[in-house]
Amino acid sequence: MNTTASPSAAAPPRAWPAEGLTRVPYWVYQDEAIYAREQEKIFRGASWSFLCLDAELPGPNTYRTSDIGDMPVVVTRDAEGVLHAFENRCAHRGALLALKRSGEAKEIACIYHNWTYDLKGNLQGVAFRRGVAGKGGMPADAKPECNAPRKLRLELYHGVVFGTLSDQTPPMEEYLGPEVAAKFKRVMNRPVKPLGGYTQILNSNWKLYLENVKDSYHASLLHLFFAKFRINRLTHKGGVLVGGDGGSHVSFSHEGTSSGNEYEKAGLRSAAGGFTLEAPQLVASVDEWGDGGTIQILGMFPGFVLQQIKNCLAVRRVVPRGVNQTELLWTVFGYADDDEAMLQRRLLQANLIGPAGFISMEDGAATGFVQRGVAGAHDYNSFVEMGGAGVASDESRVTETSVRGFWQAWRRRMEM
Amino acid sequence: MAANAIERQFAVEQLLARYAQALDGDALESWPDFFVEQGRYRILTAENYSQGLPLPLVQADSRAMLRDRVAALRHANIYEAQHYRHVVSCTVVEKVDAQTVTAVSNFMVARIMHDGATTLFATGRYLDRIRLSNDAAEAKFEERLVILDSSRIDTLLAIPL
Ligand code: FES
Ligand SMILES: [Fe+2]
Repeated sequence: MNTTASPSAAAPPRAWPAEGLTRVPYWVYQDEAIYAREQEKIFRGASWSFLCLDAELPGPNTYRTSDIGDMPVVVTRDAEGVLHAFENRCAHRGALLALKRSGEAKEIACIYHNWTYDLKGNLQGVAFRRGVAGKGGMPADAKPECNAPRKLRLELYHGVVFGTLSDQTPPMEEYLGPEVAAKFKRVMNRPVKPLGGYTQILNSNWKLYLENVKDSYHASLLHLFFAKFRINRLTHKGGVLVGGDGGSHVSFSHEGTSSGNEYEKAGLRSAAGGFTLEAPQLVASVDEWGDGGTIQILGMFPGFVLQQIKNCLAVRRVVPRGVNQTELLWTVFGYADDDEAMLQRRLLQANLIGPAGFISMEDGAATGFVQRGVAGAHDYNSFVEMGGAGVASDESRVTETSVRGFWQAWRRRMEM
Repeated sequence: MAANAIERQFAVEQLLARYAQALDGDALESWPDFFVEQGRYRILTAENYSQGLPLPLVQADSRAMLRDRVAALRHANIYEAQHYRHVVSCTVVEKVDAQTVTAVSNFMVARIMHDGATTLFATGRYLDRIRLSNDAAEAKFEERLVILDSSRIDTLLAIPL
């Protein structure tokens, strides 16, 4: 009898610091055993992974490749227009089934020995299954179908496709929590149109990027572009909402509500200078939602971001690629009913985001600075006490509440 | 008298070479002057470009916008000290009219970090539309479209390509 414990029964490889959520141990970004456990307990566990936009599968018989953590997946729209997703792994000897990022297909054939699958992920054909001229082939009782790629449970939530391998993952509405869900629906309020994308390589653990997204405290301290042009300071009206089990959050702000010169009084680097744009049309936005909201960053555990920065809308997919490398895949979109002026506005404001973005280029580097900074400090911790020790919504963005929320969700799933 | 093919080729290659030397030599302030007043500069990935998707990584529709980007890079954006080494080649020039040519060139850009770490940061094509003076003594970009072969950018893209 095989008495080896399954990986899921294995004891946690490390113990969390006694202080709780106000401390994050640096081994968490560097330990191979932690990384492997995350793949199983988080990505292949009871979590929703963002796969793609509904609009990125434009018609029947189309597919798109995506990921759930390390696991490659294929998302398809079948001839009837129904979405499916399954593991991108052949039942035979494990080769990738779909090789391109996207395409059209009525069925998918493995390149290696030509086994074929329908768009639901069912194994349909095994080449030479009965051999040739009565010789070779598979035994009559062989059941290669049992080894078929795993199918994902999907939820199409307001134009966005999420997948999970678990029956336990609660519905998206509950997973986000009602307040965060309302902000999700605010942006995804009608059909969208993809405008393109790119991939940013982050030389850091995936969690450092999620922490960065959830860290409303850094926004106008690291990203000086906004502060210098007074586009978004923490003194503007805004807040942070935390939902679900702590893993979902939204931070938001409203323009033109700055009350004064707090930055100058504090002598902060980001207050120095203060110059104006020669071409201010780059940041000229219109209030599309009629609520004055200029920035809304929504992050969902483990690796999804929905962004509204003025009129620049994007989803970001965070894919771990080993302990210290992460892919950040950006897809920028507009609405299907945008007029030409709105399209041009969105494209111009795309200057703000991505690897070359005026307000986001620093994030790509900042996560790497932490990864490098903690290299010799596995058993030391970060200090996360802005806004106290709790995980709750906050009217102030000078808080790390949603960072603690992220770790709360992480610890629960990791059983650590 | 309008410039001939050799003079046009020479003028274009001079412009491309001076542009590359300016960026590699950290003369960012001179970058906008390689463009006409309403000159357009964009960086797109080949994947987006070939699918007709318009998303830019960088877009400037005038010299003023280029100057804003230089000001941001100098005074607002934070990135580790680094510089590029451009290699530009295979320039094919086509005449549009007496004052205008288009040019396609290949480029490779190495990025050298302050600690010496050197990587092949970007490869791609420049698709240029260039305005020449009558004698081809002066050349400026009306449009410079930078098409990146890869959709993957390591860490950040601060200095222009
Ligand atoms: S691995 Fe796919 S058919 Fe053999
Ligand atoms: Fe940031």
